[in-house]
Amino acid sequence: MAYVPGPVQSIERAAAILRLLARGSGRLGVSEIAGSLGLARGTAHGLLRTLQGVGFVEQDEETGKYQLGAALLHLGTSYLDVNELRSRAINWADALAARSGEAVRIGTTLDGKVLVVHHVFRPDDTLQALDVGALLPAHATALGKVLLAYDANAMAALQDTPLELFCRRTITQPRELGRALVEVREMGWAAEVEEFTVGEAGLAAPIRGQGGLVVGAMGISGAVERLCDPRGRPKPTLVTYVRDAARAVSRDLGASRW
Amino acid sequence: MVERYVMSVDQGTTSTRCILFDHGGRLVSVTQREHKQHFPKPGWVEHDAMEIWRNLERIAPEALSHAGATPDQVAALGIANQRETTVLWDRHSGRPVGRAVVWQDTRTDSLVDELAARPNADMVRERCGLPLATYFSATRVRWLFDHTPGLRERAESGDVLFGTMESWLIWNLTGGPDGGVHITDVTNASRTLLMNLTTLAWDDDLLAFFDVPRAMLPDIRPSTETYGRASRVLPGVRIAAALGDQQAALFGQTCFAPGEAKCTYGTGSFLLLNTGTEPVRSTHGLLTTVGYQIDKEPAVYALEGSIAITGALVQWFRDGLGLIASAPEIETLARTVEDNGGCYIVPAFSGLFAPYWRSEARGIIVGLTSYITKGHLARAVLEATGWQTREVVDAMNADSGLALKALKVDGGMTADNLLMQFIADVLDVPVIRPMAAETVSLGAAYAAGLAVGYWADLEGLRRNWHRAAQWLPSMDPGRRETEYDCWRRAVERTFDWMKPGNT
Repeated sequence: MAYVPGPVQSIERAAAILRLLARGSGRLGVSEIAGSLGLARGTAHGLLRTLQGVGFVEQDEETGKYQLGAALLHLGTSYLDVNELRSRAINWADALAARSGEAVRIGTTLDGKVLVVHHVFRPDDTLQALDVGALLPAHATALGKVLLAYDANAMAALQDTPLELFCRRTITQPRELGRALVEVREMGWAAEVEEFTVGEAGLAAPIRGQGGLVVGAMGISGAVERLCDPRGRPKPTLVTYVRDAARAVSRDLGASRW
Repeated sequence: MVERYVMSVDQGTTSTRCILFDHGGRLVSVTQREHKQHFPKPGWVEHDAMEIWRNLERIAPEALSHAGATPDQVAALGIANQRETTVLWDRHSGRPVGRAVVWQDTRTDSLVDELAARPNADMVRERCGLPLATYFSATRVRWLFDHTPGLRERAESGDVLFGTMESWLIWNLTGGPDGGVHITDVTNASRTLLMNLTTLAWDDDLLAFFDVPRAMLPDIRPSTETYGRASRVLPGVRIAAALGDQQAALFGQTCFAPGEAKCTYGTGSFLLLNTGTEPVRSTHGLLTTVGYQIDKEPAVYALEGSIAITGALVQWFRDGLGLIASAPEIETLARTVEDNGGCYIVPAFSGLFAPYWRSEARGIIVGLTSYITKGHLARAVLEATGWQTREVVDAMNADSGLALKALKVDGGMTADNLLMQFIADVLDVPVIRPMAAETVSLGAAYAAGLAVGYWADLEGLRRNWHRAAQWLPSMDPGRRETEYDCWRRAVERTFDWMKPGNT
């Protein structure tokens, strides 16, 4: 039988702090909180700092007292504004385009599709049109596969809709897509090779926020002969560029381990 | 072979950032730290120069460690800085004399009026290319003398030094009280009201006019030249470039030929046009300034349209009103509505800069009705940046006799797609963002790298420039004219608000 761990004490204590703050007028100092819960002052302080870090509590600058954070009020909605995501990622997206020589896009999930929230042109100064705001099919793009692989809800939402065929190589069977997503989770990146547009390929990796939550996908796309070797496999150097760039954004967003 | 990098420090109005660039001009690591804005009285804006120095002491080693690099892998350091902000410090203790007085600060407005009334006031613009305004450094030095007992004497004896932020940081990096190098570069010196634009030297008549003793002033040097080696923080690293942030952005956008222009969207916004090796005098409210000087080569001049408040209006919307949690959310909020609902915000927080130069103007929100929501206000905030750009572009076109064909943009606000589209719409020209939005930092890195031979020449730098995004105009011409008219009427309503004595 599998070992079932017991309750995690610090999570229980954190929950107790949130309940305490939610109870009254909701502005308490660290000593009051420690006293109420029978915790050492240092322990309470550590828990409060962590809760503050994830936005669940806020500290008043003047008084130093704590209250519930705004993030708790919209826990269900996207916790990172897409315009903020673009703003935080823009430098790394530029650097990725410069290194790879390909166009860069950042996507988030919207109604089972990929919403393009940022687009950097391929750095060859040819005429290209900005497609921020465009919606891409999740199952047929590298960006989409990353978003599906790390978001069980998005995947569930896709169960009931038929997977549209764009090219001969588009994945249209849910079971096959499921297998592809397992592979994405194992590798930590996704590829699309002539699955959405003939002659085009794409690579993408997850952008993570605090605690490792995936908040978006970042990737490059371009001609299949530039992104892949003659046997149609993504070039390892490009994969590394994409993963490094996504990791750099994640680090800026506070995802420490990735 | 061990990879070598160029480091740039962008000492800006709200934060200091340190970036390592590789040979392709690509970002390798970034660290950043904000410093506190002090607003002790209406119209006053101050920074703690010591806090800024400590921030640099912290972020420069961090930038190296993020890249896994050591100081000996840094080929050179270039500095770009917020311009005109005035720091005075004690040469012996290394302590600043009071807080730095920031470029947005308007405390010298009555002093400016007094100086402008003098019979020889016209000499100022002829010699230094700048109008008499609170924006520039010299009147601040004079104000500090008038309000700090004994300070003038200590400055005359050379015990107290003057500098803008690059001087302060270079002096500290090269040893501070222990042999620190006291210099500035031509671009920063061109913003003091004290430098002769033709000779590129401190002008005795200007020094007398503003009553600033020569003993406290730094040596004026080219923008690219090895000024010295750091003895602290980055031991041994050559400090090889300094440029005012806007001039650094001109350099980073590779606007090396006459007629090339860029606009940087930050706290304020600044449109600079390269005019070549001859200074062009403006008749439409623009400044004549030094663009850059490469080592011993002749200086390159620029015409500048300065807008005091653009990103700062978004910050005020966030911090002063609390209507958004982060600056980029302004776009999210603005997109909740279709248009401005008839509402206009003119952010004349520090008076109006180009093309008006009205120190006595103050900000307004007009067109308020019960229909207006915070979404409309967010639109009006972004549109204020668009219309202010339109006004300086109109002035630039009139001064140069040429019509701008496209606008190269950079800076943090270029991440705002709604704003960039609006600017293209109101200018009726394409707006182009290059692949490095951090052109201020890139420009300082380019200049430093050029000085030490890390990059060979300007043409090589030009090849690094690529288009990252482009917005095309799509606004109906009739609507553009109607809206512009509303904006101009809103601007007129900001004039003559401050009266002498009611500071």
